[in-house]
Amino acid sequence: MWTFFHKLASPPHFYRLAQTMVPWIGVPGYLLVVASLYAGLFLAPPDYQQGDAFRIIYMHVPAAYLSMMAYVIMAVAGGIGLIWRMKLAHAVAASAAPIGASFTFLALATGSIWGRPMWGTWWEWGDPRLMSELILLFLYFGYMALRAAIDDTAKADKASAVLALVGAVNIPVIHYSVEWWTSLHQGSTIIAEGGPRMPPEMLYPLLGSIFGFTLVFGALLLRRVRTEVLHRERRTGWVRKMIVSAEGNG
Amino acid sequence: MDMLAMGKYGVFVWSSMALTIAIVLLNEWAARRRHRAVCRDIEVRLKAREGRQ
Repeated sequence: MWTFFHKLASPPHFYRLAQTMVPWIGVPGYLLVVASLYAGLFLAPPDYQQGDAFRIIYMHVPAAYLSMMAYVIMAVAGGIGLIWRMKLAHAVAASAAPIGASFTFLALATGSIWGRPMWGTWWEWGDPRLMSELILLFLYFGYMALRAAIDDTAKADKASAVLALVGAVNIPVIHYSVEWWTSLHQGSTIIAEGGPRMPPEMLYPLLGSIFGFTLVFGALLLRRVRTEVLHRERRTGWVRKMIVSAEGNG
Repeated sequence: MDMLAMGKYGVFVWSSMALTIAIVLLNEWAARRRHRAVCRDIEVRLKAREGRQ
């Protein structure tokens, strides 16, 4: 078990493994996303209260879930990098940030688009779910700005890991905000007492969409981590050898 | 046409869809662009090093 993790943490091994895994994760991910969105947009019945506007959830829910998952990955990887000084963990944390920020923006934007016809407003400043998600976006921006401001990679890794860990307190706040405070945002639909509050023909495309987008996220993350590893290891022999042989192969 | 109209919510649903596609494509493009830039940077360094030797 430990041998596996040691091998996985080795940059050349990870680089090659990620290269192999990207299409195996990405292609099924994209296919699942397309199939789920088709089912959600065209086959699922309209909601009895929201009509067809409810279909935005097939994009909004996966984006919101990934916005939090990416931050958890960033914070956990940052923590592992700080405690065990694993360089690969810092590469994972740094790579998760821009993807997480883009999905957070998507969650906020699609939520706002949904809010206009349903709540009668694009944005509600007093709403705890909206505000905590906006804080998440600023945390991502802060994390990326901090990394960009420090030239020394080791120092940037440490400082940004601390920021990621401190900011992780916002994740349970986002998740439980609709239970702790009065919010315009609806409560949990899938994980609810007594089972999901949706009929199967609405629920399955949503689950498929969440799973599909998670696979797409995984492929994007692996692609970015590979590049980050390559950049960090640019002065090592294995990278030089690989680049030279790639040039030789055309 | 009715399906595209999404009741009276077509503009909201399809703009969300367009935004989702744009964000995913942007992520793909940015990841590939960064990878190409890093590879090119390493190649330039290697060539400069060979030139010095």
